[in-house]
Amino acid sequence: MTLDPTATLGGRLPATLRDQFPYLAQELNGHPLAYLDSAATAQRPTAVLDAERAYLERSNAAVHRGASTLVGTSTGAFEEARATVAAFVGAGDREIVWTENATDAINLVALGMADASAGLGGSEADVFALRPGDEIVVTEAEHHANLIPWQRLAAKTGATLRWIPVGDDGTWGIDDAASVIGDRTRVVAFAHVSNVTGFAAPVADVAEIAHRHGALVVLDACQSVPHRPIDFGALGVDFAAFSAHKMLGPTGIGVLYGREQLLDALPPARTGGSTITTVTMERAEFLPSPHRFEAGTQPVSQAVALGEAVRFLDGLGMGGVHAHEAELAELLVDEVARIPGIRLVGPPPGAPRAALASVDVPGVHAHDVGQFLDAQGIAVRVGHHCAQPLHRRLGLRATTRASAYVYTTADEIRRYGAALAEVRGFFGAGA
Amino acid sequence: MSDLSGLYQELILDHSRRRVGDGELADPHASHHELNPTCGDEITLAIRLDESGSTIERIGWTGDGCSISMASASALTELATGAEVEQVRRLVDAFRTMMRSKGAGEADEELLGDAVAFHGVSKYVMRVKCAMLAWVALEACVASATARDA
Repeated sequence: MTLDPTATLGGRLPATLRDQFPYLAQELNGHPLAYLDSAATAQRPTAVLDAERAYLERSNAAVHRGASTLVGTSTGAFEEARATVAAFVGAGDREIVWTENATDAINLVALGMADASAGLGGSEADVFALRPGDEIVVTEAEHHANLIPWQRLAAKTGATLRWIPVGDDGTWGIDDAASVIGDRTRVVAFAHVSNVTGFAAPVADVAEIAHRHGALVVLDACQSVPHRPIDFGALGVDFAAFSAHKMLGPTGIGVLYGREQLLDALPPARTGGSTITTVTMERAEFLPSPHRFEAGTQPVSQAVALGEAVRFLDGLGMGGVHAHEAELAELLVDEVARIPGIRLVGPPPGAPRAALASVDVPGVHAHDVGQFLDAQGIAVRVGHHCAQPLHRRLGLRATTRASAYVYTTADEIRRYGAALAEVRGFFGAGA
Repeated sequence: MSDLSGLYQELILDHSRRRVGDGELADPHASHHELNPTCGDEITLAIRLDESGSTIERIGWTGDGCSISMASASALTELATGAEVEQVRRLVDAFRTMMRSKGAGEADEELLGDAVAFHGVSKYVMRVKCAMLAWVALEACVASATARDA
């Protein structure tokens, strides 16, 4: 490990990077803040905050409504943000739909499939229609956001929900996937990177198997798009969801990616103003993607800010971001692994993982671990991280998760390791 | 760790290890399951009344959760066992008032005894529910046991 203990990124990213995140300069409980909860929500650089304000001060107007000069400006900014995000993930402009958040994006697919199953959307939506006997496949490691919408879709259509089992470390392999995906499978939905284990799924291989059986592939990309170079076309997925606030952007906006011809055929689960071509008292015809899905007033300033966040990440270079985080991941695992009695969830030391680590401290509840760290200025996430079935499978109720991002320093990870080593002693749970 | 001493008082850490009342209660007059969905802490708490139905004779609970929630269940068991139902209602009210105080004022030590150790927890808004878990279950047990008697 050759990381500079104070500077960011072992020289991979600018040493001044941290100065661009005002949030990180504050203290927590009398200590310099070590923010190790970016997998939950990332902090925003000044450039992103300024971009949203600048839009509101100079360019704000209703988008895609009316014909004024002002609307031309606001609509231009809104659509330019879409193009920026599209290019960032290897997509076309019409393949990027704004949603409320990533959860909403997954629901938009599942609800659209329920509509198709009920006969809405005509023959071109047949590809989305499920019947009793059809199977929806997820994994045992999913975030609730990529599980419950599929449970509901199964309940509405009579399809069967199946899942790829995970091993004792919470990870799974291509053989596990191949044993569950079959000719009855119509949808395979899974996380690119697990928000609990940091395990990265073999996306392209799973997509290949799914497509061989005629199934659609839906990817929860919340923990991958912010952290590594992504090309959804190259990965071969049909739909993907990700969230702005985990990638230096604002809350209130997420993204649904979908292959153009699929999005144009997916019934819009939410309908209303600006999604239509012709409306009579009896019925409505819908625009092609993306506008068929964007009913009502959109999160416009948030879209503009997300576009700026993407430019910021592009400026750093996603290859460098990924390499930086791979080093931090290694350090994080080293720090945890050297503490006797701590259980690390996910890939074993030495195996690839995202820059996050969830641990169980035997004899001490995760909330108490988190509180102990909090008192030392170290912010982590405690709980089941919206993955109860995975925790149950691991024999745990809650874990403590530390997660890093572009602005995380090696020093912060070391502070976390040193504090974590003191937890069992403080609570009298053995040395 | 002076920052944490207000939250994790020795009395609380001690109760979290002793877990007074931990174990299922045979033939309860009332039992209640309480879950905190944000963290997964849960408790099933049961009570037995004496023959007159006016006094809590025994309390038993099984649970899984953080040190605050388990210590709170333990302190509650010590305090409420042998107490009259009316007194238990006053205890629950006083404990709830204390937990809503955000650390302000003085807790009623005469009434709450060792449970005043949780006064410091009330400053940590994210932990108040942990401390309340067993008390909410006890309140529900008392309501259901006395409703049945009426």
